[in-house]
Amino acid sequence: MRNIFLFIRRYFNLLFFLLLQGFCIYLIVHYNKYHNAVFSASANQLTGKVNEQYNKIEDYFHLKKTNDSLVKANEKLYNKLKADFQLPDTLSKAMVDTIKVDSLTQYRKYNYLQATVIENSVNTQSNFIVLSRGKAQQLKEGMGLVDVNNAVVGITTMVTDDYAVVMSLLHKDSHISGKLFKGGETGTLNWDGKTPNIISLTGIPKSAKVVKGDTIITSGFSTTFPRGMLIGFVTEVIPEKSTNNYLIKFKTAADFFSLQYVYAIDNSQQEAVNQLLEKAKQQAK
Amino acid sequence: MSTLVKNIIRFILFILVQVFVLDKIHLHQMVTPYLYFLFILWLPFNMSRTWQLLLAFVYGFTLDSFRHNPGFHAAACVLIAYIRPYLINLLIPQEGADENYEEPSIKSMGGFLPYFIYVAVLTIIHHGWLFLLEAWQFGNVWYFFAKTLLSTVISLLLIIITELLFVRKQKFRTNTV
Repeated sequence: MRNIFLFIRRYFNLLFFLLLQGFCIYLIVHYNKYHNAVFSASANQLTGKVNEQYNKIEDYFHLKKTNDSLVKANEKLYNKLKADFQLPDTLSKAMVDTIKVDSLTQYRKYNYLQATVIENSVNTQSNFIVLSRGKAQQLKEGMGLVDVNNAVVGITTMVTDDYAVVMSLLHKDSHISGKLFKGGETGTLNWDGKTPNIISLTGIPKSAKVVKGDTIITSGFSTTFPRGMLIGFVTEVIPEKSTNNYLIKFKTAADFFSLQYVYAIDNSQQEAVNQLLEKAKQQAK
Repeated sequence: MSTLVKNIIRFILFILVQVFVLDKIHLHQMVTPYLYFLFILWLPFNMSRTWQLLLAFVYGFTLDSFRHNPGFHAAACVLIAYIRPYLINLLIPQEGADENYEEPSIKSMGGFLPYFIYVAVLTIIHHGWLFLLEAWQFGNVWYFFAKTLLSTVISLLLIIITELLFVRKQKFRTNTV
């Protein structure tokens, strides 16, 4: 027994060192998974405050750019106004209304919530974005995020009272499904952790017709993003030798280097769809 | 200024500079400018090893919480804090120089070369271990080597500039006064 204590005293520093290293590696392995992307809410609150102060100053340097993109977004919205379209005259034709539902009330499915980016990184292999809007301001986990021009940015992974952490597209565990706008084939997005703004799309069969410059949009198969949100533009098409698929490299439509404002998309039907899925899974068991 | 106050100020300043200045610079995908670990290289000689390890862990963990990836920088910092005393013992020139001066610098290490070796070796170890942990999932050996080497060069450049800009006055301490 005495020898054990002597041993511990003699090699205390080495043992302490190994213990700390072991703890670090445990943290790396354990917390890198999708849902545990952020380790503690308190650290998030503290660093969030510091980042917010810094962001107040940094915002001024991006004002012109932000303004330009907002004007562009406004232009797009103006062009979608109902007043700009002329409806065909339906009065001249007699029709029997068979729909039992009141067709005049509309149901809102998606709601956009504005949020400010207070921290954003692009140069690690797993990048996160921090927003200064949280649970107290209607943000939830698993919401899709788009920038001011409706280009996909990421998904919220952790929400505290006043802040939210977003796993950006530039994260090696981020796998959103994407679709070719022209052909409609769907695949999965992957980031290799090297060049920011360049992401690859896998799972597109070689039968698909893809050329450089094609548009990639969201598939709408998940509840996080509506169908047809812009993701990026194809820059390179590489046929995979061992499979029947293409590896498509594309440039993201969102500029991750200068994110200032984003919109979180609240899908009001998300809960209902997820409950249904749960039920289906339980029945299958 | 007492050593404690000086090191607390350094702790905060180095973290802030790393997070809000150096992390915002996008030089190239292969190069990440790191300077923050200079805090650990500048810790006093007479600090006990256990405290050095613990402080290095807390320091690395602080940077990790800004970057939302727990463990990476903490692991690298703890490693260099563990190796540091051995390296100082190897490189320190005369008997008792580590008691006459407060902390490692060009003067206390007895010239530019020993200090430069001290800094360079710990920088390579820090970057190597950090990038190895980051690249664990998708290994590309040449990518890893190139990234470590290039980042080390940039870090050394930053450290030299820091040493030139902020001259640390160090008094020669003796027992005879």
